[in-house]
Amino acid sequence: MMIETRGLRKSFGDHVVLDGIDLDVAEGTIFALLGPNGAGKTTTVQILSTLIRADGGEVRVAGHDVAREPDAVRAAIGVTGQFSAVDNLLTGEENLLLMADLHHLGRREGRQRAAALLDRFELTDVAKKTPATYSGGMRRRLDLAMTLMGDPRIIFLDEPTTGLDPRSRHTMWQIIRDLVAGGVTILLTTQYLDEADELADRIAVLDRGTMVAEGTPDELKRRIPGGHIRLQFADARGLDAAARALGEVARDDEALTLQVPTDGSVQSLKAVLDRLDPDAVVASGVSVHTPDLDDVFFALTSRPETLKGSVR
Amino acid sequence: MSSLSIAVHDSATMLRRDAKHSVRRISMTLSGLLTPTIMLVLFNYFFGGTLGAGLGGVAHSGTYINYLAPGILIMSVASGCATTAINLCMDMSEGIIARFRTMAISRASVLTGQVIGSMIRTLISVALVGGVALLMGFRPITNPVAWIAACGVIALFTLAVTWIGVVFGLIGKTPAGANSLSLIFLLLTFTSSAFARPDSMPAGVRWFAEYQPVSPVIDTVRGLLLGTSIGNSLVLALAWSVGLALVGYVSARAIYNRL
Repeated sequence: MMIETRGLRKSFGDHVVLDGIDLDVAEGTIFALLGPNGAGKTTTVQILSTLIRADGGEVRVAGHDVAREPDAVRAAIGVTGQFSAVDNLLTGEENLLLMADLHHLGRREGRQRAAALLDRFELTDVAKKTPATYSGGMRRRLDLAMTLMGDPRIIFLDEPTTGLDPRSRHTMWQIIRDLVAGGVTILLTTQYLDEADELADRIAVLDRGTMVAEGTPDELKRRIPGGHIRLQFADARGLDAAARALGEVARDDEALTLQVPTDGSVQSLKAVLDRLDPDAVVASGVSVHTPDLDDVFFALTSRPETLKGSVR
Repeated sequence: MSSLSIAVHDSATMLRRDAKHSVRRISMTLSGLLTPTIMLVLFNYFFGGTLGAGLGGVAHSGTYINYLAPGILIMSVASGCATTAINLCMDMSEGIIARFRTMAISRASVLTGQVIGSMIRTLISVALVGGVALLMGFRPITNPVAWIAACGVIALFTLAVTWIGVVFGLIGKTPAGANSLSLIFLLLTFTSSAFARPDSMPAGVRWFAEYQPVSPVIDTVRGLLLGTSIGNSLVLALAWSVGLALVGYVSARAIYNRL
């Protein structure tokens, strides 16, 4: 395991921010911490990246205890935070060369790596400008490029796409996928359910400092009911006939639809359609809805009112 | 690399970063460099006639500039405190400091780089004051050993003031807060022997003026450059400088590591 925590706890004064978190992140995978603002995501990243100390529990990153061997951990990690960690008075290129110096790369190697990263993240044109002139997406890419100058084995991305426009967001997603393909391990935090679904191998759902669920995106989706087959009919006669054939189902007379609960498997879909056949009911359309992470989140935390700001 | 050579290498990197910041924030840098020289002109030509007459021409070769110049040299050092504190405070609010904390670099280098950069800026402003004072009629004795000793005393006091400035920058929360804390050194300069002789002051005030940190440094530099008596000023100056530097360094490191 590249990241391992057991019973991770942290409080600020009386306020419990993390109340016993267990995480296991395997090498070469993307792990997403998903949760609304105030769930404890950023605090977790700050502890894992040696920025702040935990109050209790065990934390190992890259095989080292973060409290006892912080420098060994620091040598293995790279962090791109929620708030841009670039030097605003230096140009993009100078920022990268600063990282090269701090990683004790030779002058030539530093320049080569900086040029390669500027090129890879499409920043070559603005390399001689300060980040004040950059767009949000460019700042985030420079930020990540600085993180990569040290060739980290583990990368922490704290809300990597918050505040980015859709196009920059997809660019960032592609960059993240490429990084994992290159063998690094990534722990990212996000309050966007689709982002975790899109990127992560495993997801931990965090709510008020506790982990309410953990698993692959599919496992999480399977854990809650809400999947259904939606049948569309051309007229009320067809709707009535089908409703009689299927028995207890949710019907919508205005939209002329029926919703039949399902686990999303082909067998269950076939079973439903088979029951319609004998009465020769013609459905004009059929669609299968599996629960998405929104459903998972609401079901697990049962506090939809606190999430309004984070659902898009 | 050994941990010492890493510390030196990283501090040099941070010093280069600080130097680039000075260039990018050129107006702030220039005002920091030039303000002490403006003070010299102000105090000599605007206030100097009256203040100098009050000195009675005793022991300072008659002209006020000879009395004033060492005071303004040290005032340059004292005003460097605010520049250091503001610079550091602004830097600490930047996200890149959090990045430095997650990197396997020498922790102290972030502060040492700034301290060395600030000291260089302060010493340049001191040199400017010295040069302009000479043009304005300041006539120190020509003894290289005394000059070198004076430079050493000034440099040591600069080190002390700069580390205290770092502490103010760390605990000041905002640049305005850091600036307010630094005013203490400016106040100490005005209540020192920089502009008027402590023996012209009422008893309690006089005692304060003689033993607070700025006066002994000024009196030592004055003694070295003008050949006047130094007395116990040198011992007091060294004690204050070393003491403040140590307190500043130790607390700055502790605060930075705790942040």
